[in-house]
Amino acid sequence: MEFSDLIRTGRAQAKLLRGPEAPPLRGTLCLTGHHLLLSPGPQATSELWLLLLRSVDSIEKRVASDSGTITLRCKDLRVLQLEIEGVEASLDIARSIEALSSLESVITSFPFFYRPKGLRLGDAWHFHPPERYYKRVARETNAWRLSEVNEDFSVCPSYPRAVIVPRSVDDGALARSARFRQGGRFPVLSYHHAPSGTVLVRSSQPLTGPQKRRCAEDEELLRAVLLGARPGARGFIVDTRSSQAAKQARMTGGGTEAKAAYPGWKRLHRPLERGQPLQESFVRLVEACGDLQQSTDSWLRRLEGCCWLAHVKEALSTACLAAQGMEREGACILVHGAEGTDSTLLVTSLAQLILDPLSRTMAGFQELVEREWIQAGHPFQLRCAHSAFSHARSKHEAPTFLLFLDCVWQLGRQFPLSLEFGEGLLLALFEHAYASPFGTFLCNSEKERCLCEVRTRTHSLWSGLNQPKERRKLRNPLYAPNPLAIWPSVELQSLRLWQGLFLRWIRPPEPSEVAWEKVWQIVTDKEKTKLSQPTVSASEPQL
Amino acid sequence: MEHIRTTKVEQVKLLDRFSTSNKSLTGTLYLTATHLLFIDSHQKETWILHHHIALVEKLALTTSGCPLVIQCKNFRIVHFIVPRERDCHDIYNSLLQLSKQAKYEDLYAFSYNPKQNDSERLRGWQLIDLAEEYKRMGVPNSNWQLSDANREYKICETYPRELYVPRIASKPIIVGSSKFRSKGRFPVLSYYHEHKEAAICRCSQPLSGFSARCLEDEHLLQAISKANPVNRYMYVMDTRPKLNAMANRAAGKGYENEDNYSNIRFQFVGIENIHVMRSSLQKLLEVNGTKGLSVSDFYSGLESSGWLRHIKAVMDAAIFLAKAITVESASVLVHCSDGWDRTSQVCSLGSLLLDSYYRTIKGFMIHEHIHSCQFGNFLGNCQKEREELKLKEKTYSLWPFLLDDQKKYLNPLYTSKSPKFTVLEPNTVSFNFKFWRNMYHQFDRTLHPRQSVFNIITNMNEQNKQLEKDIKDLESKIKQCKNKPTDGILTKELIHSVHPESPTLKTSLCFKEQTLLPVNHALRTIEGSNPADNRYSEYAEEFSKSEPGVVSLEYGVARMTC
Repeated sequence: MEFSDLIRTGRAQAKLLRGPEAPPLRGTLCLTGHHLLLSPGPQATSELWLLLLRSVDSIEKRVASDSGTITLRCKDLRVLQLEIEGVEASLDIARSIEALSSLESVITSFPFFYRPKGLRLGDAWHFHPPERYYKRVARETNAWRLSEVNEDFSVCPSYPRAVIVPRSVDDGALARSARFRQGGRFPVLSYHHAPSGTVLVRSSQPLTGPQKRRCAEDEELLRAVLLGARPGARGFIVDTRSSQAAKQARMTGGGTEAKAAYPGWKRLHRPLERGQPLQESFVRLVEACGDLQQSTDSWLRRLEGCCWLAHVKEALSTACLAAQGMEREGACILVHGAEGTDSTLLVTSLAQLILDPLSRTMAGFQELVEREWIQAGHPFQLRCAHSAFSHARSKHEAPTFLLFLDCVWQLGRQFPLSLEFGEGLLLALFEHAYASPFGTFLCNSEKERCLCEVRTRTHSLWSGLNQPKERRKLRNPLYAPNPLAIWPSVELQSLRLWQGLFLRWIRPPEPSEVAWEKVWQIVTDKEKTKLSQPTVSASEPQL
Repeated sequence: MEHIRTTKVEQVKLLDRFSTSNKSLTGTLYLTATHLLFIDSHQKETWILHHHIALVEKLALTTSGCPLVIQCKNFRIVHFIVPRERDCHDIYNSLLQLSKQAKYEDLYAFSYNPKQNDSERLRGWQLIDLAEEYKRMGVPNSNWQLSDANREYKICETYPRELYVPRIASKPIIVGSSKFRSKGRFPVLSYYHEHKEAAICRCSQPLSGFSARCLEDEHLLQAISKANPVNRYMYVMDTRPKLNAMANRAAGKGYENEDNYSNIRFQFVGIENIHVMRSSLQKLLEVNGTKGLSVSDFYSGLESSGWLRHIKAVMDAAIFLAKAITVESASVLVHCSDGWDRTSQVCSLGSLLLDSYYRTIKGFMIHEHIHSCQFGNFLGNCQKEREELKLKEKTYSLWPFLLDDQKKYLNPLYTSKSPKFTVLEPNTVSFNFKFWRNMYHQFDRTLHPRQSVFNIITNMNEQNKQLEKDIKDLESKIKQCKNKPTDGILTKELIHSVHPESPTLKTSLCFKEQTLLPVNHALRTIEGSNPADNRYSEYAEEFSKSEPGVVSLEYGVARMTC
């Protein structure tokens, strides 16, 4: 199939409205296989305007006698309006955008064609987090090893090739444990907390089923986790489902670890919202944010009704619980829900951010996202196929990753000096997870990415973000390394709606941006004056 | 001292109201003539001024002792457990007496002695000169003048002596108008916008009933509109909800009839009265005082309290006022019922939006002084009462203390470059109004951000200044040296001065360490951030719960196998 088959009309005169803050643009609208362009004509002072079609979430068309209006709602929550001359042209363009923005094929998507200046293919794909992270673990403890049992993705299709497992458990046992876990996701190391010698482990639910099946190798694996930590160490299984939901899962072949089968482990249930209700919550929040006319009362009612902040609170407190178990109680923690690809990753990645100062650096956080979300098999393509506006919703969308970013933002608000990155990086990750010219968030797992040759044929987002020109946008100017754990308050009074994301295109940005500019200025002043001091003292010996 | 029976109670517990694990501090409670003081085992002191106490409650006796809950006007709520009921009862009774002082003279401000001499005290009170402030606004001028009509408080007891009115308004007109206004509060100048030649005036409601008129009052309003050479019509803003204003007509009060006044545009803005506001704030505090709030408790409580709605109403009114002046160059007369609550809110916020001077720290003090009336600053209800109390001789002014301490109050991001009449145009879309945690939970530290951007930026700013100064000093010294022939002693001196150990450098460089966290391995969290202080700490109990017999046996097995 050629893109040109889908483009009925490639060109038209149009006016683009970009919300109350930006001035309208007039010019020639062009449609290509991956982009919508607006060229403002030779006299205009403004630059070419470009929109990746993949970022269109929903499209709405209206026609008048000799023109048409297309409203584009984007995945990054922007709302754009195009006024196009000619009824036929506008309908054609609308249909073409609709078709092109919903193409399913990965290998014809834009990342496979994107060749930016200054970047080389293959750069920054050298992040092989399991291997790289293992080097760090190996320096801290020798109880764990890097296993390549999943080399050909046959043991667990959603795991990467290499995983970190207890040294005393051999590959054969891992494979048998995998058969006892949904989707083959046997328990693997997520994080080693060196100060307490404890570990964070994640998996999917055990396939206990109605017959209460057991698996000796799986039990051995979890026993080895405790023994590796320290003799007599206890373990806690943080199940992200309610105990009732976990029991019900037995009817469909899933379930929980039986107490008697896993001595030393104790189960805690911390139900986290997932799947469709979470998507619903996101949709309702975005809807509420779009209504500028509503009264204060109605706004508060809708903010309450959508429950988004309740999800933030639950996710944060569950992560705090896991972190607290390791740091304060000296216990090992296993996290899983059902599939182990959503709320499980939410909890393990947040717990690391709370405990691990390295994960709060620019490079460390990128590595955390790569290791705990992308390589760990969070199905980005399914979860982020649509954002808050689309009507064509399948059952697989869920803003789990966005919820993670929101929680990180809340941590950043409460510890404004402890994260090396700023809101800019979180916003960029949100945008790129839903639609991106880079290949990083493509596909649902490492296996799929290998099949599509994502690594060799697309650019990595990390090399895009780590270019010097992006620095100011992404960094927190006030960062000061903090070697301690950061325990946030999860009281409602301490949590806030993430306005920078949800109201990004709605509220006028000036005051906060001016303040931010000023902060940067103060910080750079400081760096400058500090730099000039050595030059003064350097002239000392000459005297 | 006659109210105090017990001055010291030991082994008192202070509970943290947001901790779920009922964390508490044990210490000693002292009762003095002016304060309640709690010193915990870490020698940390908590001072509570009796005058700040809004409510004292003695709750039902528990096994650990007798709970005493004290709510303060500054939103502090403390929860003590006193071991013996008798002591608790004594303290309770004393606080009950001490916290409701009937006479001004018993207030702490009259016994507070900050070690200033009389002339310092006088200078403190002179810091704010109203005549000077009106001069800054450009008054008196050809249209506005100082009136001596109220010099002896004869026309209006609650107004100050010095009042500015339109030059063409004669004394009989003022007197006549004051008789037609509630509490005699006739229209006077509140703020003058020199550039637009427009004025903000304030007054109380007219005694119009259903049909009464007053020619002098009509004249005075006309005089105000005539004092504006640019725009003849003026706005009259009644800040009450229309229904309230109409109800007042039945009591012989009410609002201006547009037909009787020439060139006015009448407008209701619907701010609720103090009674509604007070119960709204109470509701807000009640909801937010609950620990472990759920999302729906929090937001439905916030909504039903109506607090944010009231804030928005005041803000909208102030914006309306500012726009009338900047866009239409029209003068505005603002009133409510008595003209001292809602009117003050709207006039003061409006002038803050209009005039950048009020956004400086000195300007804001003057602003507060004008609008909240003039340590003793907020005592008494009007200038007359304050004079009778001899506040200036017997108490100290707050402003010099705030100015001395201004570093604490300055916004490090403030830029003063904006010209005088840069108007602020806040956006009043609903989602811009948020619960002000740092005000209503100022004493609940566990709810606050754990690191302060404010402190670090303030430090950086100071550090920048210090470093720049150091550089200048060093550069000038280098210059000096280069100009003179090298001479042993000088070089030595110079080397000493640029050496990293030199005192100036040392002070500036150590800023860096201040901003960093103490790297102490015994320390596991940032102060105020402890898992035990937070909601998720309930799991501490889960973790430490004793295991049932079978499980502990399994633990035994686990240990044996290793």
